[in-house]
Amino acid sequence: MLKSTQDIHRIDINNRETQGAALQPCPKNLNRDLILLMASAGDSFYNILHLDELARMDTSIHRVHPLAKLLVTVAFLVAVSSFGRYDISGLLTFFFYPVTIFVLSEIPAASILKRLLLISPLIVGMGILNPLFERQTFILGGVVLSTGWITFLSILIKGALTVTAALLLVATTGMDRLARALRMLGVPRIFVLQLLLTYRYISVLTEEVARMQRAYALRAPGQRGVHTRAWGSFAGQLILRSFDRAQRVWQAMRARGFTGDYNIGEDTRFKFRDFAYLSGWIFFFAVARIFDVPGFIGSIMTWLAKH
Amino acid sequence: MSHHRLEARDLSFSYPDGHEAIKNISFCIHHGESVGIIGANGAGKSTLLMLLTGLLFPGSGEVLVGDVRVTKKTLPMIRQRLGMVFQDPDDQLFMTTVYDDVAFGPRNYGLDEKEVGERVMKALDMVGIPHLKDRAPYKLSGGEKRAASIATVLSMQPDILIMDEPTAGLDPKSRRKVIELLKSFEHTKIIASHDLDMVLETCKRVMVIRDGQVAADGEALKLLTDAKLLDSCGLELPLSVQGCPVCSNHIG
Repeated sequence: MLKSTQDIHRIDINNRETQGAALQPCPKNLNRDLILLMASAGDSFYNILHLDELARMDTSIHRVHPLAKLLVTVAFLVAVSSFGRYDISGLLTFFFYPVTIFVLSEIPAASILKRLLLISPLIVGMGILNPLFERQTFILGGVVLSTGWITFLSILIKGALTVTAALLLVATTGMDRLARALRMLGVPRIFVLQLLLTYRYISVLTEEVARMQRAYALRAPGQRGVHTRAWGSFAGQLILRSFDRAQRVWQAMRARGFTGDYNIGEDTRFKFRDFAYLSGWIFFFAVARIFDVPGFIGSIMTWLAKH
Repeated sequence: MSHHRLEARDLSFSYPDGHEAIKNISFCIHHGESVGIIGANGAGKSTLLMLLTGLLFPGSGEVLVGDVRVTKKTLPMIRQRLGMVFQDPDDQLFMTTVYDDVAFGPRNYGLDEKEVGERVMKALDMVGIPHLKDRAPYKLSGGEKRAASIATVLSMQPDILIMDEPTAGLDPKSRRKVIELLKSFEHTKIIASHDLDMVLETCKRVMVIRDGQVAADGEALKLLTDAKLLDSCGLELPLSVQGCPVCSNHIG
């Protein structure tokens, strides 16, 4: 949905030429079409930028050096994905990491979980057939179940953990600083630049799509989406427009002395705090990976109950 | 001061599709001059600006900034001295905050962060939007975006400001603000526009471009009141020069 009247104003400015082309828009359809359009392309545009906005908050997690956060995230991904397919209890300890980051960074959980939901069909798709294909069984509460259910659950947990960790990294660091961290790790400039420009141009592209959709809908009231007959010219137009726009952005960058290195001008020294953050988490991941923490806590509980 | 001089010598440029956009243009702009470049759509104004800033290179002829010829080698130095404000502020504002966008240029020139900060705040003060520094550029209004895009160039402390349609798409009040802003700059200014009233207010000299050539070059007031010349170049008299609709009817 459209966020505010200011956004409507902005669209008005951007689309003077396209709206001028609408000769006889029907007010009722127009309204509905506009709402539909905002919900699609326009919305995804604002969504993408939303993570960047979260990254500008100022909390203890946001202040940690981007390189430390990147390395911790990589360590987390490696640790989580290294678990065996039947090992679920060990994975549970790793929920401690995203929960801690959520709390300390004050990132609204909904904004991350919404994106996790977007990816969830992919994760479910990977494991949904496991219960059918695995032939071993186990008994739970008198019901015989395929061990596939365990591996399916393990895939779900691993997927949720890794995607959340990656999203949290972007939301607490921001693309610019993340790119800086990649450069510090020695990732070649060309790849980092590719990543950054792709990220920037996604919004350029979706904005262009939104404009074209709007212009189309205004002259095709009563139609849902874009008719298949127009797909070819629609896509062609989009490519040409994006080329032009991308070239102008590129020229604007070059005119201000851009030579290929993205400089965000922040203090890049690795402080003791960053080192403590990095080593603390890696120590935690190592312990959680090697020892069965939930099992250990469980046995302490039972021992306490007995004595 | 000769190093603020901008000179074009026999410039010609053709696009790859064979369209000859600029034909043998020569002129010289001196320190502190304010020059309006006007002409119909497709006359070659934008191409000319791109040639001046080295975003395009001429097929023949040369551009001199001071005594330095614009070539690939001299570009980094040239671009520090020529500030180009693009027609669409959305093309120019691509960072996540206004501050970062204004700091983009100075950081590319490797200034230390303290000086970058000073320059950014100074530039934002000049265009009157220091309070917007932490806002996301895509959320600003048209006028604010225009001010921000001008600030991105001012922070590089250029000697020469080049602007493509600085008042396009602005409401009357925002347009007025931009005009006052342009008048307050002491830089050498080159302004390409269809807003002839704005050109009349901000520029002392005007170059009229027709089909890639300079049709006239001279004092703004003289050229902008020459109805015949403007008409032959696909333009018309600035509104402020045309008669008042009420009075002229009475007189007529």
